[in-house]
Amino acid sequence: MRRRREECVKSNPLQAIGHGVLALFGAIGRLALFAFEATSHCVRPPLYPRLLLRQMVEIGFYSLPVVGLTGLFAGMVLALQSYTGFSRFSAESTIPTVVVLSITRELGPVLAGLMVAGRVGAAMAAEIGTMRVTEQIDALTTLSTNPHKYLIVPRLLGGFLMLPFLVLVADIIGVLGGYLVSVYKLGFNADTYITNTFEYLETMDVVSGLVKAAVFGYLIALMGCYHGFHSKGGAQGVGKATTNAVVTGAILVLIFNYIITEAFFAQ
Amino acid sequence: MSAPSSARAAHGANEPKIALRGLRKRFAGQVVLDGLDLEIGSGESVVVIGCSGVGKSVMLKCLLGLLHPDAGSVTIDGEELAGNRAAREAAMRRIGMLFQNSALFDSLPVWENVAFGLIQAQGMARREARDIAIETLAQVGLAEDSADLYPAALSGGMRKRVGLARAIATRPEIIFFDEPTTGLDPIMADVINDLIVACTRELGATTLTITHDMTSARKIADRIAMIHDGTIIWQGPAGEIDESGNAHVEQFINGRADGPIRLAVAADGRA
Repeated sequence: MRRRREECVKSNPLQAIGHGVLALFGAIGRLALFAFEATSHCVRPPLYPRLLLRQMVEIGFYSLPVVGLTGLFAGMVLALQSYTGFSRFSAESTIPTVVVLSITRELGPVLAGLMVAGRVGAAMAAEIGTMRVTEQIDALTTLSTNPHKYLIVPRLLGGFLMLPFLVLVADIIGVLGGYLVSVYKLGFNADTYITNTFEYLETMDVVSGLVKAAVFGYLIALMGCYHGFHSKGGAQGVGKATTNAVVTGAILVLIFNYIITEAFFAQ
Repeated sequence: MSAPSSARAAHGANEPKIALRGLRKRFAGQVVLDGLDLEIGSGESVVVIGCSGVGKSVMLKCLLGLLHPDAGSVTIDGEELAGNRAAREAAMRRIGMLFQNSALFDSLPVWENVAFGLIQAQGMARREARDIAIETLAQVGLAEDSADLYPAALSGGMRKRVGLARAIATRPEIIFFDEPTTGLDPIMADVINDLIVACTRELGATTLTITHDMTSARKIADRIAMIHDGTIIWQGPAGEIDESGNAHVEQFINGRADGPIRLAVAADGRA
C-alpha cells in the first residue's frame, strides 16, 4: 500500500506537494497535542521534585562551562569587531553600550539556547529514545506511572527554569569578556568602560533576554522529549531522533527569537 | 464502595479473571489480530504459544492498554478496559509484568527498579520499599549486595531475575510474562521457569505467558493456547498438547519446517 502511494506521488507532482503539506500539518498536530498533554501535566499532581532537581542540575549546572565559554568569547569578539568598525567614525565610546545590549538582548540568549539545544536536547532525545526502544517507557505504564509526568514534565520545567539562569551567567561573562578585551587590549579606561556599560542599559534589555531564555528552554526540552518519545526502530531510530531534536530545537530558537524580539521592541 | 470495586464484587464466580473477546488489530492494512478470543480463570496459568510475528506481543499490549485494539473487548474481573482509561489505570495497580528484555530502568539501581511500583504507585517510604525490594530479590535468588548495582552491570540471567522481582514486588493478582526465557542458556531458562512457578504459586496469581519456548510452556502452563493467523486455533490442558490432533500445533511443538504453517518468505529467500 505504501509502495503504491509512493508510486502515485512520483507520477504526479501535485500529489507530491499535497502529500508533503498533509504530512507537515500532521506532524504539527502531533507535536501540538504532545505539547498540550505534557504542559497540562506540569500543573497537575503528582509531581516529582527529586527528578526536577536532577534535571535542573543536569541542564543548569553541567551546561555552565560550555555556556560560560561561549559568552566569554562572544563578548571578546564583539568588543574587537565593534572597535574595528566604530573607530572609523570616532565612536569608540559607544562600544561598552553596544557590547552589553548585544549580549543581553540577543547573543546571550541565542548562543546559550543553541549550545543547550546541542548538549541537552540531544541528551534528552537519546535517553528517552533508548527508553522507548528498550520498552522502559512501556514498563513505566505497567508500573502505574504516567510517562509524561515522570519523564517529560521534569525536563520541560528544568529547561524552562534553568535556561534563564544560564543566560544570566552568559550575560555577565560576556560583558566581562568585552571589558577584558577593551581594557587590556584596546586601552580603554576601566572606570569609564564600566560607567558606559550601565549608563544606557535598561531593565527591559535584561528581562527580554531572560524571557527569551525561558521560552527557548521550554522549546529545546520539548523537542528533545518529543523526538525521543516517538523514536522507533532501534539504534538507528534513536540516532535520527537525536538529530531531529537538535535541528528542530535550534531552528525554533531562531524563529522564536525573532517573534519575541518583535513583541518586545517593535513599537 | 467505588465503581471498580462494585464491578469486581458483582463479578460472578464462574466469570473468567481475564477475557479477550473478538479482539481485532491491524497495522497499515495488515491484519495482526482477527477476532481473537481467550479467557483465563482466576489463579490459572495460561501460556500462549505461536510463531514469531503472529501477534502474541500485540495481544499482550492490547491487554495492557499499550496498544488500542481496533475492535473487541478486554475485561479483567468483568470490567471493560478497552477505551476506559480510569478502569485500565486501576487494573494496572493489580498487574505485574516481566518484559522480554526485562526493560529495567538504566538510571536506577537494582533495588529502586524492584521497588519502583511500591514507591511511585503505592507511595511507600523509600526505606521501607528498599527492605521489601531486598526481600523480593532474595526470593528470586539474588543477594543483598546486588541491590546497589546498576542494570548495566548485570548478566542476562540476573536482569531477568530483577525483572521478575520487579513484577512480583507489589504482590499483584495478575502477572504477564513476555518471552521469559528468550536469550537465556537452557540451565538459566530452567531456573527462571522454576522461579516463575514458585513465585506465582506463592502469590496465587493469575498468569499469562507468551513464548515460543515449548520447554518453558510445558513447565509453566496449566493450559496452553496456540495463536495463528490472528486467532486462537487450539487450546487445552498443558498435558494434552502432545495429543492435540491439530496439525498446526503438532508442527509447532515438533519444530518442523514442513506442515500447514508457512512462514512468510521474501523474494530473495529470506524468512
